[in-house]
Amino acid sequence: MKSIPVSTTVNGDAVDFVCAPGETLLDALRNRLSLTGAKEGCGTGDCGACSVTLNGRLVCSCLVLAAEAEGAEVGTVEGMADHDKLHVLQQSFLDHAALQCGICTPGILVASKALLEENPEPTDEEVRYWLAGNLCRCTGYDKIVRAVQDAAAKMRSA
Amino acid sequence: MAFDETKHDYKVIGTRPVRPDGIDKVTGRALYGADLSAPGMLTAAILRSPHAHAKIVKIDTSKAEAMAGVKAVVTSRDFGLPEDQDLRDTQDNCMARDKVLYDGHAVAAVAAINAQVAKAALKAIEVEYEKLPHVIDVDDAMKGDAPLVLEGRALETVPEGWSQNVTNYCEFGHGDLDDGFARADLIVERSFKTGATHQGYIEPHACLASMGPDGRGELWCCTQGQYMVREVCAGIMEIEASQLKVTPSEIGGGFGGKTTVFIEPVALALSRKAGRPVKLVMTREEVFRASGPTIHSSTDVKIGMTKDGTITAARADLRYSGGCYPNGTCEMGAQAAFAPYDLKAVRTYGWNALTNRPKEISYRAPGAPTAIYAVESVVDEMCQKLGLDPVDVRLKNAADKGTKSSYGVTFEDIGLKATLEAAKAHPHYTAPLGPNQGRGLSCGFWFNFGGNASVTLSVNTDGTVNVTEGNPDIGGSRASISMIAAEELGIGYDRVRTIVADTTSIGHSDTTDGSRVTFTVGLATIKAARDAKTKMCARAAALWGIDPEAVEWVDGAAQPSGPNAGKFPPMSLAEIAAVSFQTGGPIAGHHESNADGAGVSFGVHLCDIEVDPETGASKVVRYTVFQDAGKAIHPDYVEGQLQGGAVQGIGWALNEEYIYGEDGILQNPGFLDYRVPVASDLPPIDTVILEVPNPGHPYGVRGVGETSIVPPLAAIANAMSRGAGVRLTQLPMSPPRVLSALMAKG
Ligand code: FES
Ligand code: FES
Repeated sequence: MKSIPVSTTVNGDAVDFVCAPGETLLDALRNRLSLTGAKEGCGTGDCGACSVTLNGRLVCSCLVLAAEAEGAEVGTVEGMADHDKLHVLQQSFLDHAALQCGICTPGILVASKALLEENPEPTDEEVRYWLAGNLCRCTGYDKIVRAVQDAAAKMRSA
Repeated sequence: MAFDETKHDYKVIGTRPVRPDGIDKVTGRALYGADLSAPGMLTAAILRSPHAHAKIVKIDTSKAEAMAGVKAVVTSRDFGLPEDQDLRDTQDNCMARDKVLYDGHAVAAVAAINAQVAKAALKAIEVEYEKLPHVIDVDDAMKGDAPLVLEGRALETVPEGWSQNVTNYCEFGHGDLDDGFARADLIVERSFKTGATHQGYIEPHACLASMGPDGRGELWCCTQGQYMVREVCAGIMEIEASQLKVTPSEIGGGFGGKTTVFIEPVALALSRKAGRPVKLVMTREEVFRASGPTIHSSTDVKIGMTKDGTITAARADLRYSGGCYPNGTCEMGAQAAFAPYDLKAVRTYGWNALTNRPKEISYRAPGAPTAIYAVESVVDEMCQKLGLDPVDVRLKNAADKGTKSSYGVTFEDIGLKATLEAAKAHPHYTAPLGPNQGRGLSCGFWFNFGGNASVTLSVNTDGTVNVTEGNPDIGGSRASISMIAAEELGIGYDRVRTIVADTTSIGHSDTTDGSRVTFTVGLATIKAARDAKTKMCARAAALWGIDPEAVEWVDGAAQPSGPNAGKFPPMSLAEIAAVSFQTGGPIAGHHESNADGAGVSFGVHLCDIEVDPETGASKVVRYTVFQDAGKAIHPDYVEGQLQGGAVQGIGWALNEEYIYGEDGILQNPGFLDYRVPVASDLPPIDTVILEVPNPGHPYGVRGVGETSIVPPLAAIANAMSRGAGVRLTQLPMSPPRVLSALMAKG
């Protein structure tokens, strides 16, 4: 099978890589670009640990082919902080202890950022339904919802 | 200097600082099991049995070995035959020897230049099986004519007359049951069944192994215990423990499921054979089929009660299956079943039977949730029948300090009554309910463990401190350990950094399990800090030219202990550290011990659910957890344990279950069909932390991690019974089961 060359933008940086035709965007990010922030929890679109944005749209990178990133803009957890300044959501997750093991955290942060861009003032129920595709087995989601709402409030007043 | 055994005025304990590993975890920098790569690394994959039970007649790996890019293939032939039976079971579970014992049991593994080649090579391995009859259900497995999973594995304690599948048997209790039942006004006897569930950690098992032909190796893996991994892998690989360096990665959840090995010995064997580093990562399907889910169970409970709610006698028969190898989880269930009650006559009997399912490994309070589900369901039914308040009945019979528990120990200070009283006084208990809603409650219990720990606390010349310990941090323990060190030394939290070391950097610590880390490692940290303080006092004494016994440690500084000791200004930790090279050399405190006194923990959960009469679907609408933490070091992470355990229990009660087909094949090995609770399924999980100090710890700490999964099963069943009028005696209470119960009720 022939490899496919891909030119794309990840977190604002232009990058080139080659991939196998069946390779997922998640594998390319992790194995070819050393961006291991996105995690594989299931590989079937059921856990959200691999969440990234593709042209601004929230996707499970385990369900996207790496070749589909050609010419696109990919956003991962590694691009959330502005150099040494954490994103409001990242700080809020720390302040609210919204992570225990932290394996779900990159995906949940990326998903929450996408939510607040679309809906800066969600209800708790909207947060819960938006994050329904992101499994967290440690926290019971309570502190996650609080962290997202606190970040949303801070972002609105910023 | 001397130390007060107990401490009450805290500066750091009880605050909520940000955890030291936090920034790495919100930026994606933290490295988990699958995140590390090595130069020259190969990728491995495992071939697994498609049958529930079969003899392996022949394995031909020659075609796979001949493929371009394949660097090593291993089967059971590449492993020795450990003498120790438990080790042999673990090894056989990692790589089947003569028989496959469950769907998904490993039979061969490949290391290749990439994942595509490895997968293709698996297809080229030819395995000839001779299918054998299988058994999946515990009650079937105990019958005399059941297919035998393994032969000759029954312990001596198992009475005659059972199937050879019955490997373990136990009995606990005291008093005269017949007399107790004779005194009862009401006797209720019920039978319950519960499905096997999975811990459901989001990070699949993953490791990176590198091993040379000289028997030296390195292993990076996600585990709850690097020393356990080292001992087991060194045993299987027949190498010396000192030659295997195991480094624990950040761990993406465990809940007990990462307290053994499944893939690590396979990766080491492949690496040794290929002469290159090997990465091996399970898929989610492999996690479900071939890691260590819980027991499934079948339980009979019989309780006698007088009209005023006094329990006069109680009996439980608990039949567990922990899959295809013997295990003793039934003993924990049989000990936990009636732990919340002070009973004159009580007896529990526990069995374990082999089935063709993956080998059980711990899941949060192993054995207790299903036992207490059965007991608390019967207690609730009796409260309803006698028209008694469920909290009052529990308070009336509650275990307390001095109670001889149903499993023999006499309790010291415990917090059960305090949690019950808190539940009764909480607004949730009396809040109005909506249509189709019901409220239930249940008690929960867990033993908690102490065990071995090693801690080194190094005082740096700039006045900062490093704590080195050996227990993987699953839910914020590095923060708690740093807080304990800061508290004890009288310095700021931000002056301490705690790291979880590899197996060559510090002595043995037992696995992160049994809710033991904050208790045991915390205790060792207190003692290591006290060791360091004693040494720092001695340094100050030498500088002042006075007796070290005349120096005490107050507010982060050495000072003369009284006017007779001499008049010197206090020397802070930083000041003593700065001159340490001139006063005798580097300063460090150590502690290594095997701790007991962990202190049992009790909790009470209060739960409102709403049942849709049309579909049988239930939704939890309000939930409050009350639990005794002894002393909450970092309340955020205590709350997190209570909330996380409660939600896992909610999943167990309502959705989660291993489903097998007639063919013994697991039908739902994925998150789509094995549905764990998602955010939109749940309400906020409120928590109330009680602090009844554990006399076995200077700060009163008790483990908190496990008790919280115990009460939800019965709390939800009881809420359903009160709200929808149906008593579900089988878990999960899935919509079809609830609907058919509703229809049967009419
Ligand atoms: S790994 Fe992509 S959704 Fe689970
Ligand atoms: S913090 Fe562990 S899965 Fe979410």
